[in-house]
Amino acid sequence: MTARRRRWLAAGLEVTVPILVLVAWGLWSAGSNNYYYPPLTDILSTFADTWLFERVGSDVVPSLMRMGLGYGIAVLVGIGLGLLLGQSPRARRAAAPIVEFLRAIPPPALLPFAILVIGVDDSMKVFIIAFVCLWPILLNTIDGVTGIDPTLRETTRMYGIEGRERLWRVMLPAASPQIFAGMRTSLSLALILMVISEMVASTNGIGYFVLQSQRTFALPEMWSGILLLGILGYALNGAFVLIERRVLRWHRGAHASALS
Amino acid sequence: MLALFEILPRIGVLPRDHFPPISETLATLVEQLGEGSFWEAVYNTLQGWALGLGIAAVLAIPIGIVIGSSGLLYRATRVVIEFLRPIPSVALIPLAILIYGTGLKSKVFLATFASFWQLLVATLYGVQDVDPVATDTARSFGFSRIQRLFRVTLPGAIPYIATGVRIASAVSLILTVTAELVIGSAGLGRSINIARSGGNEELMYALILSTGILGLLLNTVLVRVERRLLHWHPSHRPGMESA
Amino acid sequence: MLKVDHLGKTYGEGDTAVEAIGDLEFEVREKEFVCIVGPSGCGKTTLLKCISGLLAPSRGEVRLHDQRIDGPPERMALVFQEYGRSLYPWMSVRQNVAFPLRRKRHAKREAAELVERAVESVDLTGFLERYPWELSGGMQQRVAIARALAYQPEIMLMDEPFASVDAQTRADLEDLILEVRRQYGVTVVFVTHDIDESVYLGDRIVVLTPAPTQVQEMLDVELPDPRDQLETKELPEFTRLRAHVYRSIKRRGQAADREAVSEERPAAVGS
Repeated sequence: MTARRRRWLAAGLEVTVPILVLVAWGLWSAGSNNYYYPPLTDILSTFADTWLFERVGSDVVPSLMRMGLGYGIAVLVGIGLGLLLGQSPRARRAAAPIVEFLRAIPPPALLPFAILVIGVDDSMKVFIIAFVCLWPILLNTIDGVTGIDPTLRETTRMYGIEGRERLWRVMLPAASPQIFAGMRTSLSLALILMVISEMVASTNGIGYFVLQSQRTFALPEMWSGILLLGILGYALNGAFVLIERRVLRWHRGAHASALS
Repeated sequence: MLALFEILPRIGVLPRDHFPPISETLATLVEQLGEGSFWEAVYNTLQGWALGLGIAAVLAIPIGIVIGSSGLLYRATRVVIEFLRPIPSVALIPLAILIYGTGLKSKVFLATFASFWQLLVATLYGVQDVDPVATDTARSFGFSRIQRLFRVTLPGAIPYIATGVRIASAVSLILTVTAELVIGSAGLGRSINIARSGGNEELMYALILSTGILGLLLNTVLVRVERRLLHWHPSHRPGMESA
Repeated sequence: MLKVDHLGKTYGEGDTAVEAIGDLEFEVREKEFVCIVGPSGCGKTTLLKCISGLLAPSRGEVRLHDQRIDGPPERMALVFQEYGRSLYPWMSVRQNVAFPLRRKRHAKREAAELVERAVESVDLTGFLERYPWELSGGMQQRVAIARALAYQPEIMLMDEPFASVDAQTRADLEDLILEVRRQYGVTVVFVTHDIDESVYLGDRIVVLTPAPTQVQEMLDVELPDPRDQLETKELPEFTRLRAHVYRSIKRRGQAADREAVSEERPAAVGS
């Protein structure tokens, strides 16, 4: 097969296979009387009824706000602290035991702790999300700063650039590829923790809704919630990648030419 | 720092009933080591972790190899994978409860689902990242496609797969404990929850600590195993640690 | 203007100590183009780093206008050999060249003019908005030079700046630096391992010994200005000078080797 034909085939497959999968699911579930797997069409219509604007205010908004707040705190603290720690080996050594200890705590084990100490309201959820999302960002930021090319450092020093100028215009951009990697990991963590915390201790939110639906055996609703979470995960990740691509355009270029 | 956690609760800066002094927590931990119920919980958790990781590996690695080595297959399945992958496995908890109940099976289902994607992506990446010069050289020597796969691509992909296994292991443990916590399957997660709702903070903290230690131990074991199995690989040879 | 006064630099301590620079002493006068040559591993880069204040000497000192250098001085700029790693990849050419000017607090318009003038003198005016990775190696080095020029230093240090480019580009860059030096009137201290280059460019050549480095010899270069790649290199004086430098390096190098073999001392390992 010629290269050209192959490319067309690949593009064609890329578009048609997902559609086929959906159609297959639709067909398979349409005829089923299986209680657990309602017809796809039912799920979709329930999805439209539930999420297209009826429950947006009561569930989607609170969920997203908690997630956004927790993630935002993690980003600010992680980058800020990471930039500072990245510059001082002494500070790093002092902080290392605390950081290693705190970060090794498995997230789910933290939930009971947070419920005990903070309670079951929004601040507990924001705390959990922020706490767990902090570590990938913090560690990646530190790595990014300590990994700055020595020649670049010397150039900066030689031209007498220091202090805040150096922080904002040299260290932060230089570490940004690493920082973005950490932020991306944390983003998926934020979504997961939002869902769990809502399932365990909440009276509203998407996670709460999905669990409730299961408990009240409202199957199509449950599936619609799962579908929404999937779409949310996909959309958030996609948006992140788009932003990352724009901000780090220079990195891809530099990286590519370094490899060739 | 440990001293902080000992002193602060004692002098009342941190509320005593929420933050027992660390010495008490450690004492409780040591006590637990003698309890059968503790080890039972550990066993249950390990069981979920092992099954989750194992099944995920058995599925993800071969599938990843097959998809990764065929450009067409990759393009065909890419969108589906990209859509299914970000689905937070915890979103499936209610589904798991429905279908598998609250026992081992739903735990394993969730752990497997989450670990599967990690391993699949790692394997795909590893297979695709093979040095084209190496495969071209093999091709010029007349190796068939299958031979190239086994002799060039796979050895090159193994470090990526190994890292994937480590990450998948952590994910599997987290999901296992999460399932125990949320669904109530037997294991450390459930024990922690029971301790909390029973007002037994020392026990709760002790169990949380044990979970953390378990995670560290598993990770260390995996790192050792990886080092032993892959000692021949360039990335593991001493002196190549720069960069 | 610049005085290197009994400079010495030792790395490490005790048994593993490496004496990179033994005892260096020389002067650089204003507006001079001084080339420093020596065999590989003779501490040329270490010397530049000490002069630029990036590295503290173990013994002796470097003085600029009679003031001791203990940190990167404001009137000095250093052009690195690895141009690729010294330009900021997230900044365009214009931003890269303008960046060091922030320290000097120019008015906006003044700074912009300095940038444009510097970029023009290295012939890269059309590339102001490009990014370093879009440029070839020679062009990247030109950006690094423009950046140093816009900074308006009194003295420019250059660490084997053309070693990593191909021969054609190197010839062009050599002529460029001569031209730029004439335009801007900077003093240049130019380190190289290329003997031809050192004779072609320099007003004076300082030949260094292998480690522990000292001054082997200093020569004045009495070739006519302006230099030309073809004409200057055809002159008998050019040939004489380069042979002289070559022999000077070789001789000391051989002597060092002979010493090493006979005394079974570990020889200075070239890099």
